Amino acid sequence: MNTLHTEEMTLNMGPQHPSTHGVLRFVVRADGEIMREAVPDVGYLHRSIEKIAEKVGYHGFMPYTDRVDYVCAMFTNQGWASACEKLAGIEVPKRGEYCRVIAAEFNRLASHLLSVGTMAMDIGAMTPFTHALREREMINDLIEELCGARLTFNYMRIGGVAFDLPPGWREKALAYLDHFEPIFDEYNALISYNKIYIERLANVGVISAADAINYNLVGPNLRACGIKWDIRKDVPYSVYRDFDFDVPVGEGRWGKLGDAMDRYMVRIRELAESARILRQALTRIPSGPVLAKVPRNFKPPAGECQVRIESARGDMGWYVVSDGTAYPWRVHVRTGSFAAMGIMQKLSRGLMIADLVTIIASLDVIAPEIDR
Amino acid sequence: MEALAIYQRLKDQFGDQILEIVDRKTDPYCVIAPDAVVEVARFMRDDPEIAMDCLSNQSGVDYKDRMEVVYHLFSYAKRHGAVLKVKLPRENPAVETVEKLWSSANWMEREIFDLIGVNFTGHSDLRRILLPEDWVGHPLRKDFVEPLEYHGISTVRESPIIRLESKRK
Repeated sequence: MNTLHTEEMTLNMGPQHPSTHGVLRFVVRADGEIMREAVPDVGYLHRSIEKIAEKVGYHGFMPYTDRVDYVCAMFTNQGWASACEKLAGIEVPKRGEYCRVIAAEFNRLASHLLSVGTMAMDIGAMTPFTHALREREMINDLIEELCGARLTFNYMRIGGVAFDLPPGWREKALAYLDHFEPIFDEYNALISYNKIYIERLANVGVISAADAINYNLVGPNLRACGIKWDIRKDVPYSVYRDFDFDVPVGEGRWGKLGDAMDRYMVRIRELAESARILRQALTRIPSGPVLAKVPRNFKPPAGECQVRIESARGDMGWYVVSDGTAYPWRVHVRTGSFAAMGIMQKLSRGLMIADLVTIIASLDVIAPEIDR
Repeated sequence: MEALAIYQRLKDQFGDQILEIVDRKTDPYCVIAPDAVVEVARFMRDDPEIAMDCLSNQSGVDYKDRMEVVYHLFSYAKRHGAVLKVKLPRENPAVETVEKLWSSANWMEREIFDLIGVNFTGHSDLRRILLPEDWVGHPLRKDFVEPLEYHGISTVRESPIIRLESKRK
């Protein structure tokens, strides 16, 4: 009897593929439905933001940081501002720090909602996407009222934030939290414990804790592997020390520890923790100024520093070198998505092609953050 | 362990290979000889006291008179970090890869190669990552001059303000 002859084929996925969350390309070598390897090809969204920083100066770079990761721009704002403050030794007023935390945690909610919503859509469930986006719209409305923008905020400044909370905003935000907290149950009932959904995610794209550290995975992707590490908790910056919150980690309840389902559940549980932080911050916010006195012609002393911020996609490292002039000498951003894409090639080996979509979604990769 | 204690331990272990220890308020660092990078890095990963299990960041910096590659190491086991630097000549800068020690270096070294132009000897897949393969030069070098066009697409445009003003006249 003749054995069936199989042949390896090379498929191109992206850059304009709806499930690649931006402009991402994979060169997939597949044998039938099974992938030998998926090699990511990135750079389609490279705007040389690090080079722009060297030309526009410290204050002028703030709007550009939004474009590093436009899904959670508050964190890129905060990373840049914190790095400059660390270089120059500027103290941010307490109320300014609270405003930052409030804005950032609302942004984390928005980012995670988009992430889990699109994840459900990539898997094939359309409705949860609309539910998640409905909630995200309301957060966008709140943030718009706060800073005038819905996506690229440019809210933070070196030394604090641009605007104080508008009158009545605090009550609106608290009312939103009252509405948001019960939403989990709705969302969980709709999708999280759905049998088909679990089958599609459990045991797919399993990352061991050692691999996660070796490949420098950060944020929810790292925590899903069972490593309890959150910059907000372990190296507290800003005023995160004041708040009481838990760091959810993967449990491997539905499959192996560190699979796509764990990454999904960590994000869902982080939503609840962010809501907890927000409630505390909104009730405890002190009065006072929101912006420290920073010279318009900002020239930090020569030196360099690295600042790590827990963004929605995890530990975001800002490495800034100053030569004492009004323009930074070198800026480098190390982002969570860049690291997550680095592990793709290894992760994809031997999986089904359909699972590639699951993995991209579960790693919460945002293309502009990879390419910068 | 404090970063300075780590550097002192490196100094005791490697002596002359540790060129300089810079003690400052923000992020003290230590400069090591380019030839000793892999040796020192392996020691830092495998030593039970230091145990740097993660290469958290790797950047290249062009200082006009030299190139630097900066390694931000971090230990999840011991919860401490350290910064290593390597100074390289500006002409044909090259240093051995640490990809075999930390897999995250694979992509970060490709990025440094692409944007700064440092060669990482022994790297398994050293090619451009962010820029197109036919791009000439390394944009984050200080002497990089932006080409006026790329494949017939102009990279410059008239300032919209000047255009508006000329219309008004």
